[in-house]
Amino acid sequence: MFRNQYDTDVTTWSPAGRLFQVEYAMEAVKQSSAAIGLRSKTHVVLACVNKASSELSSHQKKIFKVDDHIGVAIAGLTADGHVLSRYMRNECINYNFTYESPLPVGRLVVQLADKAQVCTQRSWKRSYGVGVLVAGLDESGAHLYYNCPSGNYFEYQAFAIGSRWQAAMTYLERRFENFMDSSREDLIKDALISVRETLQEEKLQISVCTVAVVGVGEPFHILDQETVRKLIDTFEIVREDGSPAPEPGDAAPDLGEAAPAAAAEEGAAPMDI
Amino acid sequence: MTKQRANWSPYDNNGGSCVAIAGADYCVIAADTRMSTGYNILSREYSKITKLADKCLMASSGFQADVKALQKHLAARHLIYQHQHNKQMSCPAMGQLLSNTLYYKRFFPYYSFNVLGGLDSEGKGCVYTYDAVGSYERVGYSSQGSGSTLIMPFLDNQLKSPSPLLLPAQDAVTPLSETEAVDLVKTVFASATERDIYTGDKLEIVVVNAEGIRREYMDLRKD
Repeated sequence: MFRNQYDTDVTTWSPAGRLFQVEYAMEAVKQSSAAIGLRSKTHVVLACVNKASSELSSHQKKIFKVDDHIGVAIAGLTADGHVLSRYMRNECINYNFTYESPLPVGRLVVQLADKAQVCTQRSWKRSYGVGVLVAGLDESGAHLYYNCPSGNYFEYQAFAIGSRWQAAMTYLERRFENFMDSSREDLIKDALISVRETLQEEKLQISVCTVAVVGVGEPFHILDQETVRKLIDTFEIVREDGSPAPEPGDAAPDLGEAAPAAAAEEGAAPMDI
Repeated sequence: MTKQRANWSPYDNNGGSCVAIAGADYCVIAADTRMSTGYNILSREYSKITKLADKCLMASSGFQADVKALQKHLAARHLIYQHQHNKQMSCPAMGQLLSNTLYYKRFFPYYSFNVLGGLDSEGKGCVYTYDAVGSYERVGYSSQGSGSTLIMPFLDNQLKSPSPLLLPAQDAVTPLSETEAVDLVKTVFASATERDIYTGDKLEIVVVNAEGIRREYMDLRKD
């Protein structure tokens, strides 16, 4: 009701005790294309939807390697994301230079959160308009954190941000209890399925989707398109047959609607088998 | 009134010799593994060679604390380059970076005498040789360190490199094969070990070629 009176400055409180500018920044995250993260005991997977502004342009880069053991996926103002990635990379390099060991993920997210908080308490600044999913591995295991423009951060088993995040979250909430013991392949499949949930009408194609993995003995890297395509094909076909897929409890309507689309598009044409 | 002199020096010389030879499609970088101070030996197995990039190595003699700091600095800069350009630094690029890094401390230098060796962007062997403040040039072969006065004249005799100032520009790479170059390096270090007290113990040879990086060791006199 009183939003317009109290939303000009980040340094103005509303009567209800809210900072609207910060909340508007979080809105920027919700409006962008989706990014999803999941983790097991030994691996963390990030997947995101890559939107291109037109057919002629290249896709936006949303996943960044920060160090061998840490990577991030962003949703929101990509430019802000670049800046924060550069900051995170620098912090990792400096820590490694001084201590000759990798920066623990928990330390990095705190630094990132404090950096975001500063922008919520300066009249001449604005909040970073980007949500950051931090995937990393350190001595205490595999971690997934979400850093908010507000300066808040939490650790998650699985999380989704960006547009239609609720669809992915519904799927993740159903399945998250199994993630800790998941194999690397199952984790990636679950990530891809979550991405597909956010796409709704569209088909899950490699051109719109990017996947990255970090794990024990596996430095952070983005999976190449071929690998992702094979994985998408595998579970699309598996879903066709209704046989033990990563999600045996999947509802029939899902199967019916996506299968013909997949058959029409993927050259593999499971319908023909 | 005599000039007041400092009662300590920030520098020390840990001795040792380094050599690098460039071939048509390979590069040999070698250094002894003795680290000393004054007339004492600190270690018989200390490596003076470090990998800076995929096809680029650096061998440095002088004050090893400064060498270590320089190596860490370059490694950090290389990481930043990889994040920004999505690829490894080429040897010539690293050569320029090293020169700039050294000159940055022109008025409190890194006491580090370096030879950079590797493959250039065309896959040909390249060697760059430096002084302590960053003056560098691309050559076909070079040596630095305590044994360099003994080693360099012998390399000149065997490999005579054309001057980079000649016109038309002539190729700096050696006509030797990879095995011949490695044998030459072994001979040269064996000789230097005889007369240079700071060179000896073991010789570390690293060969870079299209297949990758290969490491070899040879024992030297320990006296």
